[in-house]
Amino acid sequence: MTAPTVLEVKDLRVSYGDAGGRALPVVRGVGFTLRRGEVLGLVGESGAGKTATALALLGLLPPGARAGGSARLLGTELIGLPVRELARLRGRHIAMVFQDPLAAFNPAQRVGDQIGEALRIHQRPRPTGELARRRAMELLEGVRVPDPARVARSYPHELSGGLRQRAMIAMAIANAPDVIVADEPTSALDATVQAQVLDALDGARRATGAALLLVSHDLGVIAGTADRVAVMYAGRIVETAPVDALFATPRMPYTLGLLGSVPRPDAAVPLTPIPGTPPAPGGAGPGCAFAPRCPLVAAQCRTEEPRLAGSAGHLAACVRQDALAECSAAGLFPASAPPRRTPPGGAPLLRVTGLAKSYPLPGRSAALGRRRPRQRRLALERVDLEVRRGETVALVGESGSGKTSTLMEIIALGAPESGSIEIAGYDTSALSRADVRRLRGAVQILVQDPMASLDPRMRVADLVAEPLHAQRYPKAAIAAKVPELLRRVGLDASDAERRPHRFSGGQRQRIALARALAVGPELLLLDEPVSALDVSVQAGILDLLRRLRAEHGPACLFVTHDLAVVRQIADRVVVMYGGRTVESGAVPDVFGAPRHPYTRALLSAVPLPDPPAARARVRVVLPGEPPEAAERSAGCRFRGRCPVYAALGVERTRCEQVTPVPVGADPLSGHTAACHFPHDTEGAPGRLGSEPEEHPPVR
Amino acid sequence: MVGRLSRRLAHGALLLLCSVFLSYVIASAALSPRAYFEDRQPRPSAATVNHELALLGTDDRTPVLARFGQWSWRAVHGDLGRTVDGDAVNAEFGRRIGVSTRLLLIGTLVGTGLGVLAGVWAAVRRHRLPDRALTVFSFLVLSVPTFVLALLFKEGALWFNQSAGHTVIRYTGERTPGLTGSLATHVKDRAVHLALPAATVALCAVASYSRYQRAATLDVLGSDHLRTAQAKGLTPGRALLRHGLRTSLIPLTTFFSFGFLTLFTGAVFTEQIFGWPGMGSWFMESAQKGDINSVVAVNLFAAVTVLLAGFVADVLHAVLDPRVRSR
Repeated sequence: MTAPTVLEVKDLRVSYGDAGGRALPVVRGVGFTLRRGEVLGLVGESGAGKTATALALLGLLPPGARAGGSARLLGTELIGLPVRELARLRGRHIAMVFQDPLAAFNPAQRVGDQIGEALRIHQRPRPTGELARRRAMELLEGVRVPDPARVARSYPHELSGGLRQRAMIAMAIANAPDVIVADEPTSALDATVQAQVLDALDGARRATGAALLLVSHDLGVIAGTADRVAVMYAGRIVETAPVDALFATPRMPYTLGLLGSVPRPDAAVPLTPIPGTPPAPGGAGPGCAFAPRCPLVAAQCRTEEPRLAGSAGHLAACVRQDALAECSAAGLFPASAPPRRTPPGGAPLLRVTGLAKSYPLPGRSAALGRRRPRQRRLALERVDLEVRRGETVALVGESGSGKTSTLMEIIALGAPESGSIEIAGYDTSALSRADVRRLRGAVQILVQDPMASLDPRMRVADLVAEPLHAQRYPKAAIAAKVPELLRRVGLDASDAERRPHRFSGGQRQRIALARALAVGPELLLLDEPVSALDVSVQAGILDLLRRLRAEHGPACLFVTHDLAVVRQIADRVVVMYGGRTVESGAVPDVFGAPRHPYTRALLSAVPLPDPPAARARVRVVLPGEPPEAAERSAGCRFRGRCPVYAALGVERTRCEQVTPVPVGADPLSGHTAACHFPHDTEGAPGRLGSEPEEHPPVR
Repeated sequence: MVGRLSRRLAHGALLLLCSVFLSYVIASAALSPRAYFEDRQPRPSAATVNHELALLGTDDRTPVLARFGQWSWRAVHGDLGRTVDGDAVNAEFGRRIGVSTRLLLIGTLVGTGLGVLAGVWAAVRRHRLPDRALTVFSFLVLSVPTFVLALLFKEGALWFNQSAGHTVIRYTGERTPGLTGSLATHVKDRAVHLALPAATVALCAVASYSRYQRAATLDVLGSDHLRTAQAKGLTPGRALLRHGLRTSLIPLTTFFSFGFLTLFTGAVFTEQIFGWPGMGSWFMESAQKGDINSVVAVNLFAAVTVLLAGFVADVLHAVLDPRVRSR
């Protein structure tokens, strides 16, 4: 690479002041260089110091934080630069894309005006309002926003997450900066939308020739986007290398473990959770911060923090890096339970048929004036799914597709608006009070956020015992059961006396799981149980769920947006779109030969933690956004974004007028798709993906 | 949005009706105009008293609902009845409404404006001297009842005038009676009279609004969009001015509609103490006389102003925050 260096960071240090006035180091001597047009992926788990590094470059650290060391942008030292001079560089030479575009835009100003402001701050002569608005529209067009005039006129809350983030990118490149810092730009987005946004970011970067510092916890995103990668752990860069080398031959045990814990969508393999937790800021000992968790730890590691060393641009801060060459993740870390090959063919436990649910639209109170029939918004239109005893079924789809609504309808144990729910032979629309009590014990739920789902004032023992009390277990039985439950989820019996705030996110999710398992449920509903967790912790929870399954645990209905997780944990998968079931079948069948065009797009959008494979892959980038819950309508919900529909001739009237119902390729397979033109291997009209010239790779 | 606001107005009308009905019933139960007439010297005959009460429409032998019916029939036709002294309530209402409105309007505007500025200032300089001083000031003002505050002001002005040797600050009445001169002289005279009562009303407003504005500004100072504004190249001060101020005012609008009621209650005492012939002092005087019609008229005024303040707050909210407009 001969491109000139635009950003040179040396020995960057950031510390946050704690309540007692002590300085807690969160970034401890980070260094890297960024050349023109280059993409550097900064990857690590929460608390590694990625965001603090990014914010320090722009001088945007929160009050109370201090930055030291050096960061030179085109030769100008950024650290310690007076705020007026920093302001002149920000937005013009170095720009930032933030994680949450809804919060990052001013809610009370039109998006176009906010983009225009970025121009009016820096461009001289200062463009008029009219000119800035026109330029804003061009910028929006540049990041492939459909109907840029409408988007420019909109307020942030009127746009979808994907559009907002693309507008944020347009704002960042308004003044053609030399460096773009993107902090988790796609973490809050669905996979299909994530693909659009990464696409826009890539295009914007190419158009301006800017260097990109991409901060992400997602190794899949990094693999598909970055040229070089720097891995952070406990405030330091522990390994840096060109992207292919890092993924192929990691030289630091932490990187190896991290790679081993990432679930892949293309194969079900044992994952390697990294035992232990990273040290708290200021809590690292004198030696290597990873030493307490490292399986290759040597005496030297505990006394002296290793420096980055290596060759050919592949550096690792590890004294054992040569020994690592012969290791695999599975050999080094305790591998998780292997994935199950043959699903159990038990009797049906849960059967949902034609489930529908709608909500009234807000507004129009009837206190005064005419009483009108309220408009209703359809959250679920027709959901069909089945869970057999002992089986794990994944419910997938983009946000707003009705996954969580389906769970809520099941756990309500009431009469659904239409359709039917049958649990263990009981129809929920005709339950006696005694039946409801029995089923309350038989159906348990685990929700996404373990921070919010545990009462902070209760001891772990009381939390876990609560469902037992509700089911009127005798006191002695409860006292005996709690330690056993804690052990079953991988916690210590002595943890029972502590309160939730003493535990990490992963441990809390284990507590929540112990609570859900307490009454021996037959059906466990899991709502995104691992999406709030770091990958190395997530791998541990997935491992635990696999082990539970092996000990004949409950049947699971697992809601997630992450198809890679589905591949690791589920026997069958049900794909939802716009409140309808569009495809269902055994995981190997659906992942191996998806039939519905939506499933195909969804699968092709999942980031692959494998750089060559990610580059070679044909990605179906869907136009548009996931649908809002809508009114009941005929025809296929997906047709507005469907590549098959777009390529059809007169036959497309079928998609417009006839609502497709789930049909199997052959009556015995159990692999059904609700599509008039499903992708079947024998030359069906909707064949897709085998003609790459129509859908070129994104990169 | 227009639909929403008109619905709000309709709700307001309903609330107004409830408020007037309740104040009529409570005033009729609590006040006794009969006692006022019977206490006259020489003591009038029972027939005279009954006759007088019947003329006023406040004869306690008629059921209260019937009395309310008669009163509201006339009120709908623009007649609020007569005071116990036989004057038209409408005329008195007309005389006093301007006085109260001036005091409340100026007190509220000055108080809200200064309160917002003080709150922003305290938030930007949080945990430093200005912030701490303002906190102490606010809690002092909030913990002292309005009438004590007004009396303190009055005493202070008295002392100031005495030490100055002549009357600098005038604190009785709305204007100097019998003053002659140009328009400018009249305006200046009124301004001098307005200073202390308006300051009393405004000070209470400053004390509470500055606390709310401080909290709202602190929220905004930590918000992502202010960080974005700086990432675009605005200095922290400009970012706060252009992007922070407006969003921090949004929660204040809700508070405004409630806070106005407190100000109104404070103004009742303020008028009384500074000898302003406004609605507040009228309320106190007529409550002592057992003048039901006047008390209800003042309540009508209070209800209308509070509901109007709520409506203004709604409009401001919609102007400031595009998110509520689309709803």
